[in-house]
Amino acid sequence: MAIEVRVPTILRTYTGGEKSVSAEGGTLAALIDDLESNHPGIRERLVDGADLRRFVNVYINDEDVRFIGGLGAALADGDQVVVLPAVAGG
Amino acid sequence: MVTLARATYDAIVAHAKRDHPDEACGVVAGPAGSDRPERFVPMVNAAGSPTFYEFDSTELLALYREMDARDEEPVVIYHSHTATEAYPSRTDIALAQEPHAHYVLVSTREHGNNEGPVEFRSYRIVDGVVTEEEVVIRDDLPAPNDRRSTP
Repeated sequence: MAIEVRVPTILRTYTGGEKSVSAEGGTLAALIDDLESNHPGIRERLVDGADLRRFVNVYINDEDVRFIGGLGAALADGDQVVVLPAVAGG
Repeated sequence: MVTLARATYDAIVAHAKRDHPDEACGVVAGPAGSDRPERFVPMVNAAGSPTFYEFDSTELLALYREMDARDEEPVVIYHSHTATEAYPSRTDIALAQEPHAHYVLVSTREHGNNEGPVEFRSYRIVDGVVTEEEVVIRDDLPAPNDRRSTP
């Protein structure tokens, strides 16, 4: 089971410069664990405690995961995950 | 140094004045690796706030998909400060996550929605370190391809 994960510029230091990597998992949490095993350090940049970081946006098939269960959001083979840092400030 | 067409500069300033006293925000996209800000894309400030800005998450995805399809990147990310100077706030520094972007700050504190000069400055923000850079405005560059689908 393979899920394409699009990685933003700022996190490509963890993926050897790759814009897109493949990972596995039945939920977003499991996918991030799988990412972490191949790209150590990336989990910390996505997750804060039991939640996604406030200023990191994750989309499954173009849906913001905050509206479909957050880290518990379900994933299936062929899904596409996009990670984008929020563009925000004060 | 960041180099902007006069029309792009004018469009950023007009957006900041229009949205005052809330913060305005947007990007100027350009060909990846070119460092040429060419396509003006004003964004909605989903926070609708005088002290905070954030691109709406759905529009953010659409913007990045569009830039991806056109082989572009956000060369400039701009926003306004409406009561303080055009210098990155602590929040701006903490949340800056585009290491290749020029972060442009416009301050509308002096004249608000009215005519009159604004402070217009640009910075690199990488790993919490702010470096101011020169802003060059050129009259000989073509006007931006203005996609004003969002006010």
